[in-house]
Amino acid sequence: MTRQTRTGPLETADRVIGFPLSRIEGPLKVTGTAPYAAEHQSADMLHGFVALATIASGRIARIDTADAAAFPGVVKIYTHDNRPRTAWWDSAWKDEVALPGHPFRPLENDRVLFDGQPVAFVVANTFEAARDAAALIRITYEADQPKTSIEVESEKSYVPKEKRSGIAPPPSPRGNADEAFAAAPFKLSSNYTLEGEHHNPMELFATTVLYEGEGRLTIHDKTQGSQNSQGYVCGIFELKPENVRVFNTYVGGAFGSGLRPKHQLFLATMAALDLKQSVQLELSRREMFYLTWRPATVQTVKMAADDNGKLTAILHHAVQATSLYEDYQEVVVNWSGLLYRCDNVKLTYELAEMTVSTPGDMRAPGAATGVFALESAIDELSYQVGLDPLDMRVRNFVHVDQNQDLQLTSKALHACYRQGAERFGWEKRLHAPRSMHDGPDLVGWGMATGVWEAQLTEATARARLSADGSVTVSAAASDIGTGTMTILAQIGAEAFGVDAEHVTVRIGDSQLPKTSVEGGSWTAASTGSAVAAAATAVRQTLLDAAKDMDASPFGKDVTVEQTAIRDGRLVLEINDQVGVALTDILASKNLTFIEEEAKVAPDAQQAKKFVSYTHAAHFVEVMIDEELGVIRVTRVVTAVAAGRILNPKTARSQILGGVVMGIGMALHEEGMIDHRTGRIMNHNLAEYHVPAHADIHDIEVIFVEEHDDKASPIGVKGLGEIGIVGIAAAVANAIYHATGTRVRHLPITIDKVFYAKEAAE
Amino acid sequence: MDLGPARAPSPTIPVTLTVNGRRQQLELAPFVTLLDLLRGDLALTGTKKGCDHGQCGACTVLVNGVRINSCLKFAVSLDGAEITTIEGLGTPDNLHPLQKAFVEHDAYQCGYCTPGQICSAAGLLSEGHAHSREEIRELMSGNLCRCGAYTNIADAIEEVMAADSETTVREAAE
Ligand code: FES
Ligand code: FES
Repeated sequence: MTRQTRTGPLETADRVIGFPLSRIEGPLKVTGTAPYAAEHQSADMLHGFVALATIASGRIARIDTADAAAFPGVVKIYTHDNRPRTAWWDSAWKDEVALPGHPFRPLENDRVLFDGQPVAFVVANTFEAARDAAALIRITYEADQPKTSIEVESEKSYVPKEKRSGIAPPPSPRGNADEAFAAAPFKLSSNYTLEGEHHNPMELFATTVLYEGEGRLTIHDKTQGSQNSQGYVCGIFELKPENVRVFNTYVGGAFGSGLRPKHQLFLATMAALDLKQSVQLELSRREMFYLTWRPATVQTVKMAADDNGKLTAILHHAVQATSLYEDYQEVVVNWSGLLYRCDNVKLTYELAEMTVSTPGDMRAPGAATGVFALESAIDELSYQVGLDPLDMRVRNFVHVDQNQDLQLTSKALHACYRQGAERFGWEKRLHAPRSMHDGPDLVGWGMATGVWEAQLTEATARARLSADGSVTVSAAASDIGTGTMTILAQIGAEAFGVDAEHVTVRIGDSQLPKTSVEGGSWTAASTGSAVAAAATAVRQTLLDAAKDMDASPFGKDVTVEQTAIRDGRLVLEINDQVGVALTDILASKNLTFIEEEAKVAPDAQQAKKFVSYTHAAHFVEVMIDEELGVIRVTRVVTAVAAGRILNPKTARSQILGGVVMGIGMALHEEGMIDHRTGRIMNHNLAEYHVPAHADIHDIEVIFVEEHDDKASPIGVKGLGEIGIVGIAAAVANAIYHATGTRVRHLPITIDKVFYAKEAAE
Repeated sequence: MDLGPARAPSPTIPVTLTVNGRRQQLELAPFVTLLDLLRGDLALTGTKKGCDHGQCGACTVLVNGVRINSCLKFAVSLDGAEITTIEGLGTPDNLHPLQKAFVEHDAYQCGYCTPGQICSAAGLLSEGHAHSREEIRELMSGNLCRCGAYTNIADAIEEVMAADSETTVREAAE
């Protein structure tokens, strides 16, 4: 078929996808009129406040709520002594993305499993009364010895008995890594440590339960999956799904912390059902530190290369913290077997049990941690061999996934290296550490590669075309700041030849077509493809109806791909003079709209041959005042290959966010635990530093061209995680280049640079 | 508005506040923060709670034109004050220049820190201390954005600052 060059009105629709459209919900967000979970009201709303355990391990000997209960305004106090009955079996408590083990049950019994565990729940007429009464609850504990040091507990590490669903265990070893390592002319064996990190989205976790009478609930929950929350409360409280509707229309960030339901959902729902009244519970910032975290991890990488810098052996071992009650797992070490060509690889992964809350996925879980070690190691080795760090990586480029012996759907990483290096000015780099200066400051240029798996999950969506040409697309998907609403509008607009502003997007509602939780960078690819498929189904129905019309201009053989919708008419794409008005087609069938649902799922056949990854090359400049030890990341250039970019504006923001969080991981973020008590010491935003305006200088994002027709039906690979993977290593590598000091323990704070330097001297 | 009984046990104190141009007589318990008053009884939920400890800036509002963390102020201490929240700066159909610039520059993602960032930026512009991007970054550092929209926020503020100073220069010339 010859395609006519599109001109005039046709151009508008063509530009919808790939156009840097501003977020469609933007005007609501900037005026404070977009309501988040704790911002829904009702006249008789009760407010909750949670009392938290002040030991990390042990049991509650006595809990005295008398004074608290007498506090004016208090309606009821719940503890393990009087908690209403719930489902007994673990299976009822398992959410969609639950882990091997026993899900945490708030107020279940007298056991304390982690610091900050909820131990009592106060419900009162006002927030202030609930808060102040909670302070009057007196609890006596019998404390056990806490176990919170990953260095200590990793001595007793174990291979998880049950594998976490969706998390690939390490591949079996290939070649003979130990022998190759022993024989190599260049090699290193290094240990890497990551202290725990906390997600800290700006919005506090919150749930508003509106009691609608007769056991019917409308719930506004801070979650990355409204249907996951709905299933969770229905399971635990034995409610009928049709009586529980969960919304998460606006989510003030989550970064993985909202994948699994949190205790505020349970407590607020429990109280609303018990008291038959609406209940709101907004957690405190302190509580956010106990919900979940990026687990503390210790890793060892042994890496060897020949005289040409070709990798001859990689051995990567990681031990991550998990809780006493669940075996949380990440893909940490597998990246080391697939990012570069290497024929002798041994990867191992274990867990260490600690008295902590179960860790959870935090932006690029596993990869952010594992690739830090891998990319630090290859950098270190490049200096040994005497190669430029970028050259070292290019020499070890690989076009397949050696772990699984699969082809890649695409890998435009060479383009990332080239374009990133060029924009950064990498060729002006002086190789030797401590060789670059800016006035009194040491300057360091470092780089690293990033990788993340591009996944597609099952997703369903609905599209509706009305006679007036307006379009509605809907799916239960969430927009946690990712731009989901906007790209779905763009996909709908492109399919129906209208401007995005004529598309209504409905998401964040458990009643809408089924999607999985919003995470893993899969939403754009999955829900986006489902919306595109639903739109195609609508257009098929429309075309069929048009063909049925008397004197239809469409022949029997015309396919939906050969048609387009232009200016309210269904037309032949090659000749838009041939067509029928939508109103006439609908009228011919007595319809006011056409609506279809469609589902996408991973292609099992394709998965036997292909696997899909996104890639990035990060280039980082640091400036270090050596006298004060102050480290500033003054420039970042990140080049990303992630398939088709639906919206360069929101896409760029996803990468910026990943880079900023990566800088935090590299330099600032650290949950500090007092290992004598097992308690988190810095549970607030003053002492747990997340990057602030002053920390973030220039960041440039490049999207390299990458065509991929297999990663997802719409060619999208996803962007939520790739921005962070490798950033911490790039920063650490730049610090090494500036100072000659290699720090392998995150975060790289002033003291560590000093100590490492002293130790080296 | 009588908020007395619901706020028991504490005696209430009469306070007059002008919020977004509307004068209101309130009876408030002494321990109610301006932030909780705004988000709760006044239903102005555009002002966000991110920490309740003066550590994040999400609750930034303008009190008599000066930016403050509303979680750190008891409402009763502000008798007679003029308070401007994000809702008072502009509406979806009539955006303030800063709000428009935030949309244009994608100076947010989840949007939760955004009202605080914008109120803080409005305060920053009227203070007149920031003259460079570096100073914007320094003087906006009380407003955290976990989504990491900082560079875009700086772009948005810089643009409005430049437009402001152009207007000032033009006005001075006229
Ligand atoms: S809520 Fe006021 S500064 Fe964070
Ligand atoms: S936009 Fe999400 S915290 Fe700033």
